[in-house]
Amino acid sequence: MKRRTLLATGAAAAAAAAFGLPARAQDKTKVGFIYVGPINDGGWTQHHHHSAMEMVEHFGDAVEFVYQESVPEGPDAERAITQMALGGADIIFTTSFGYMDPTINVASKFPNVKFEHATGYKTADNVSVYSARFYEGRAVQGTLAGHMTKTNTIGYIASVPIPEVVRGINSAYLHAKKVNPDVEFKIIWIFEWLNPAKEADAAKALIEQGCDVILQHTDSTAPHAAAKEAGNVYTFGQAADMAEYAPMPRISSIIDEWAPYYIDRVQAVMDGTWTTTNTWDGIGAGMVGIGEISDVVPAEVKAEAEALRDAIAAGEYHPFTGPINKQDGTPWLAEGEVADDGTLAGMNFYIEGVSGDIPS
Amino acid sequence: MDINPILLLAAIMVASTPILLAAIGELVVERAGVLNLGVEGMMITGAVCGFIVAHSTGSATVGFIGAAVGGALVSTLFAVMVIFLMTNQVATGLALTLFGVGLAALMGQSYVAEGQIIVPKAPIPGLSEIPVLGPILFRHDLVVYLSVALVVLVWLFLTRSRAGLILRAIGENAEAAHALGHPVRLVRFLAVMFGGACAGLGGAYVSLVRVPQWIDNITAGAGWIALAIVVFASWRPGRLIIGAYLFGGVTALQLNIQATGLAIPVEYLSMSPYIATIIVLVALSAGRAPGSLGKPFHASS
Amino acid sequence: MIRLEKRPQPSQLWTYLTPVLAVVVTMVLGGVLFAFMGKAPLEAIRTIFWDPIFGEFAFYYRPELLKKAAPLILIAIGLSFGFRAGIWNIGAEGQYIIGAICGAGVALAFYPTEARWLIFPLMIVAGILGGLIWALIPALLKVYFRTNEILVSLMLVYVAEVLIKAFSVGLMRNPEGMGFPGSRNLRQYPAAANLELIANTGIHWGVITAVFAVIVAQVFFARHQFGFNVRLAGQSPRAATFAGVDPSRLVIICMCISGGLAGLAGLYEVAGPSGQILGSFPAYYGFTAIIVAFLGRLNPIGILLAGLLLALTYIGGDAASSSMNLPAAAIQVFQGMLLFSLLSLDVLTNYRIRLKKAQVA
Repeated sequence: MKRRTLLATGAAAAAAAAFGLPARAQDKTKVGFIYVGPINDGGWTQHHHHSAMEMVEHFGDAVEFVYQESVPEGPDAERAITQMALGGADIIFTTSFGYMDPTINVASKFPNVKFEHATGYKTADNVSVYSARFYEGRAVQGTLAGHMTKTNTIGYIASVPIPEVVRGINSAYLHAKKVNPDVEFKIIWIFEWLNPAKEADAAKALIEQGCDVILQHTDSTAPHAAAKEAGNVYTFGQAADMAEYAPMPRISSIIDEWAPYYIDRVQAVMDGTWTTTNTWDGIGAGMVGIGEISDVVPAEVKAEAEALRDAIAAGEYHPFTGPINKQDGTPWLAEGEVADDGTLAGMNFYIEGVSGDIPS
Repeated sequence: MDINPILLLAAIMVASTPILLAAIGELVVERAGVLNLGVEGMMITGAVCGFIVAHSTGSATVGFIGAAVGGALVSTLFAVMVIFLMTNQVATGLALTLFGVGLAALMGQSYVAEGQIIVPKAPIPGLSEIPVLGPILFRHDLVVYLSVALVVLVWLFLTRSRAGLILRAIGENAEAAHALGHPVRLVRFLAVMFGGACAGLGGAYVSLVRVPQWIDNITAGAGWIALAIVVFASWRPGRLIIGAYLFGGVTALQLNIQATGLAIPVEYLSMSPYIATIIVLVALSAGRAPGSLGKPFHASS
Repeated sequence: MIRLEKRPQPSQLWTYLTPVLAVVVTMVLGGVLFAFMGKAPLEAIRTIFWDPIFGEFAFYYRPELLKKAAPLILIAIGLSFGFRAGIWNIGAEGQYIIGAICGAGVALAFYPTEARWLIFPLMIVAGILGGLIWALIPALLKVYFRTNEILVSLMLVYVAEVLIKAFSVGLMRNPEGMGFPGSRNLRQYPAAANLELIANTGIHWGVITAVFAVIVAQVFFARHQFGFNVRLAGQSPRAATFAGVDPSRLVIICMCISGGLAGLAGLYEVAGPSGQILGSFPAYYGFTAIIVAFLGRLNPIGILLAGLLLALTYIGGDAASSSMNLPAAAIQVFQGMLLFSLLSLDVLTNYRIRLKKAQVA
């Protein structure tokens, strides 16, 4: 049965041959991207797209670029990915956690196509995963926040309760506390990655409760607008630099820099050297960018934050270095001990001093 | 607990304004016997029109007018289909939402992440100085006052004017009203357009004041909440205000409760307004829906 | 002046002609839209309507079409009973979600078991019951308190959405999922999975049930007394009462049928194509099915075709969005146009257009 063997062998080239189509020009590498939001969402998807465009610019005519935006996580994602593989893509980047199982499923049907899944943990012979150590950036933000707050109350707009977000809260708190022992965190979960109206309301609630620095793990600039209106509140860009709100309220940012990775992986496909990898890069490798620290931050604070950034980048300092206790007071890391990646990857607990519970 | 009740109540007024505006429009539509489930679609069309117009003219006021016009225009699609082509109202309303959300995203593509237009606060002289009540009620922007004024006007219109009486008669029994010589289709058409304009204003309040920026899907379901509020209010303008502030209040309150660190399962709290609406529906089962709500009308002569 | 004159009987000719006409109108309007956006209109139309069925990769798309259409058809068939009787359950989305939660809940409660003979039937029962109970709430409230079922069932959609979101990060979260939201993947749980029965055909239990439901509904409406009662109640509630139809019973039965089928669709989806309880699980199927029911003129065969047509625009639309870089929003507008023209042109079936001079009525 022709149809079945087609999917079994999987290669799109075989499909083309079987249907008597003109063989695709082999000199171009076809690169596909699957996005969870629209390409102009101002946050997560926009930055993946932006990085993808940088990659395309880098290779010029050597690549053919296809993408599909606003693909819901679930069966529609599986179809979108399959569609791209059938369309002759050589490598497909699936850029949301919820694409994990669909990516693995499609990959098993197309052994000759390479797949790259962002923020997941399941790999296969032709599936790599990649993610960024955003918590390194959170350490820098925490340091700035701890210095800048006058009310000693820092607000944190958290998105979905997953380890990445919990890590960010812990890292920020740890470093704020280090420079300002009186600091207190107020955390609001909105259970979404992008919901401008809710983010605005959350920011306003935090400001009303005395927060004068707001960190966000959500993608819109709505909290910045709320902070600007309040006047004396500091914020940080998320995913994008959000420089339009600099120098006030936005005093720095964490920027997702996927382009070097994308260029690297597409090059590997071209060279035939692609292998399954599990990448988790931070500031050092250039995957996490720290946006320009604006001038409203005193020079010595700025210098301290930049020194921290550089120490992390150089691998001299790990943001989770003991002694650190868990929220309930039980020891987690002993003096000088550094957190292992396994624990960090599945982090589902607050550290000592953070109040409240992780929703579950 | 360090929630400041004055600030919280003031924030609730702002957070509730978009849904109040959309709901008062839908209330009139439903009192005329038409069920338009496309509120979300009209709201988001208004949100994008308001943003685009405000941006091109630099005036928030013109932006709000543009939003009302945009919302009304898209609602005429629904009106023509439902009133003149007698399509099913439920299906047409759902289609309108699908269409509106897509249309808005398409129109707004080059306006994403554009800078904001400032809508100034307009504290009412004198009143805004009253302790407690002043900061809660009288230190907002004009649209907040407008939304409340609109509710009062609709109430006056429905209960005190002849036109309002005719509109209600049509909503209760279109055939009987037609027999009495009332222009059923014209009244319903105008009501739907009024609903569209109000939803448009509500949408623009999200994109011009509450967030303020344009992003796809910015209304994020507010239109559906507006529908719920109309039911909650059992089609009475006075209760509509309570309903809107209750719905908006639960959202604002759950964010505030989280910030104080209280251990309350907030994700479940956010469904309480819907359950409250059902309870109200049951409790007020006498205050029932307009008689001909959702039924097509064809003037057989 | 243009007047509409009600036909004594819906026109047979136009019943078949209007859907075709509507699709043609949409193609023209959509073509203009795509051309306006600088895309080749013919290519876009071909990618949406032709390629998934007859194109190069039809071997992949045809099964996908069945998978996408099955839940729409199943839910719409259930709704058509109530809609014919004038009972407006618009909360199928909520019943669909609760059916999925209950069905998946049973599977997860027994995890890991290999007793498929026990688990799978149990899941089906749980899925049906879940949707049925969710629909029974508005039904009972309508019967005993005369509350409006449109509104209650709509409210319950929101409640169901909150529940599934909360469950996906709480109660049902996969303990081995590295802390991410979402339940265990039922597709990787052989006893509970609703996989393709014949490889690469797209046919799973949901597809079979949907086809079965179409046939049963057709027989019911055509021959059975109950089908007749339903129609009578919709056309003339008074006449129905005289004919001995108990309106309360009718409300409860119709709501149970639609709720049960929606729940069943949810179960098949969560155990099959979707695989997981996730915040993004509700995909608007319950609302889209309302449109399907009307596009199909509440007729089982019509619903079958309408479900397939809508599934085609979804699948073809996605394909066009990816291969032609059409914004997802443009596809949504295009689907909106299709719905508008399908609904509007239906007027030709029931009414005759008369041109005549304005005169005193």
